[in-house]
Amino acid sequence: MIPALGAQYLGAQLPGVDLVPATFNYAALSPILVVLGVATVGVLVEAFVPLRSRYAAQVGLTLAGLVAAFLLLVLLAVNHQTATAGLKVLGGAVLGSVIIDGPALFLQGTILVFAILGVLTMAERLGGVGADAFTPMGSATPGSGQEALALRAGSMTSEVFPLTLFAVAGMMLFPSAGDLLTMFISLEVLSLPLYLLTGLARRRRLISQEASLKYFLLGAFSSAFFLFGTALLYGYSGSVYLPDIAAAIPQGGSELNGLLVPGVFLVAVGLLFKVGAVPFHSWIPDVYQGAPTPVTGFMAAATKLAAFGAILRVVYVGIESARWQWSPAIAVVAILTMVVGAVLSVTQTDVKRLLAYSSIAHAGFILVGVLAFDRTGVSGVMFYLVSYGLTTIAAFAIVGLVRADGAEATHLSQWAGLGRRHPWTAGTFAFLLLAFAGIPLTSGFTAKFAVFEPALRSGATGTIMVVVGLLASAVTVFVYVRIIVLMYFTDSQNDAVAVVTPSVMTTIAITFGAAMTLVLGVWPTELLQLSASASQFLR
Amino acid sequence: MSLSHYIYLATILFSIGAVTVLLRRNAIIVFMGVELMLNATNLAFVTFARVHGTLDGQVIALFVMVVAAAEVVVGLAIIMAIFRARRSASVDSANLMKL
Repeated sequence: MIPALGAQYLGAQLPGVDLVPATFNYAALSPILVVLGVATVGVLVEAFVPLRSRYAAQVGLTLAGLVAAFLLLVLLAVNHQTATAGLKVLGGAVLGSVIIDGPALFLQGTILVFAILGVLTMAERLGGVGADAFTPMGSATPGSGQEALALRAGSMTSEVFPLTLFAVAGMMLFPSAGDLLTMFISLEVLSLPLYLLTGLARRRRLISQEASLKYFLLGAFSSAFFLFGTALLYGYSGSVYLPDIAAAIPQGGSELNGLLVPGVFLVAVGLLFKVGAVPFHSWIPDVYQGAPTPVTGFMAAATKLAAFGAILRVVYVGIESARWQWSPAIAVVAILTMVVGAVLSVTQTDVKRLLAYSSIAHAGFILVGVLAFDRTGVSGVMFYLVSYGLTTIAAFAIVGLVRADGAEATHLSQWAGLGRRHPWTAGTFAFLLLAFAGIPLTSGFTAKFAVFEPALRSGATGTIMVVVGLLASAVTVFVYVRIIVLMYFTDSQNDAVAVVTPSVMTTIAITFGAAMTLVLGVWPTELLQLSASASQFLR
Repeated sequence: MSLSHYIYLATILFSIGAVTVLLRRNAIIVFMGVELMLNATNLAFVTFARVHGTLDGQVIALFVMVVAAAEVVVGLAIIMAIFRARRSASVDSANLMKL
């Protein structure tokens, strides 16, 4: 029987409440706060700055904010401040809602770099008034008179830049969340703007809106699973702080013990959905195809990185000591992800869809590194995320430039013979594809080595996963080489397809991504050392 | 009535919500399924807060309500845009992209 609530609490102090004011280390939080602040200012710019100067104001503000946040982060990292916000120290364990430790700093810095590159590609105008990839008016029905009017009036959806910043803030918070509630909130903060960005493509809006709807419904569905898992883990341990959950696992024996494994699996559903691991991958191809191409590139790189950062923290800080109960299932997920991603990429005829399936396969490779359960695994995963993200942003930026009659020519047959007519673009794309395939002298090779090597040392399961991973890589090599052959050794039937000349912003993004793909393949030592020295979680 | 009944009720509500999402075709109803899942989770949180004698679970429930409201704003905007373009909110008619 539940006693009458009033009788117990009347006059008594509420249980479990000791009102210790939370301490905030604002310096450690400053990069996130700067991004959020600039995003809010961006909303005001949207309201008050006249239309003709709005594009320049938004792009300038967004880039300045991201660069400022990055510089603050570098300052923070140089001083080796590992700090937490909302800190309470109980019995030696560090409990914080936001934990800025080595991995958090590393991942946040990378997200900011991805965001800068992403915004540079999103801001591409190609001679138009507003950003070329985005519709002039999000609320107008595709093909309607209202849309034509909006276009003639020179309106644009420059609100994509504040939306991107809000997503970036959520992404920065996601891998540094020290409790499951903060993790859920940051998951939503990063997802909600992305749902909207997905639906704002200028061309093929019906597909774009469809992608937005699918992303939204499936994303909300999976975050509900994450939340119910959080509730079960809260029931299990009495706390949503990851170190508390870790501390509750060895005690065991209570009547709520049965909640641990279901809770872990439900939380895993939410996180694995975000990275696109296999039973939860169905949204990836549709969303990657439907979203505006620069958004796809940014999303593919940054969401994956943020979600894997959160997975690393949940695994290594929270639930590692119970790993015998859950890691076999996640290993199966990793194997399925690699196999399905690789095999289905063979049958694709759309470049964006093909890259989407390749991103699923890559999620599988990264999961192999997560399941290595040691520090080299963490640093390998972080290195992989950096190199994959840089390559991805550059690759999608190039996809956005290959056009037929103004619209993107994403069908593979349209890419035939591109290497003859546009040797630089096709050459760069071929190089990036080789990096996806993991050919030596590209960052893809170093990255695969960095995640497979710790997995090999971790035992029999790791070895099986690595073998499957190598076979899956071999399949993807076939896919990528087929595109290269198509670009260089096939005669084109279609002369309408051409590479448009981008502005300096997109050129910077592509050059940076491709150059880093080369640099991380040839001289990976610096970044490997950095990721190794940043791989210790604060717990 | 023991507290575990509330947990069973939360689980049942959550399952009903999940089944709604998977089986119903109207995007609005699918979305209602998601909301039911979130509210079932709130019930679980509050019950566990009672079990452990802490307030964390109740505070979390408030956070979840705010997030659910934000999700409604974004979700209905997307569904409205789709409905205007297609005159239908069925998730089956949104099928331009196939494997």
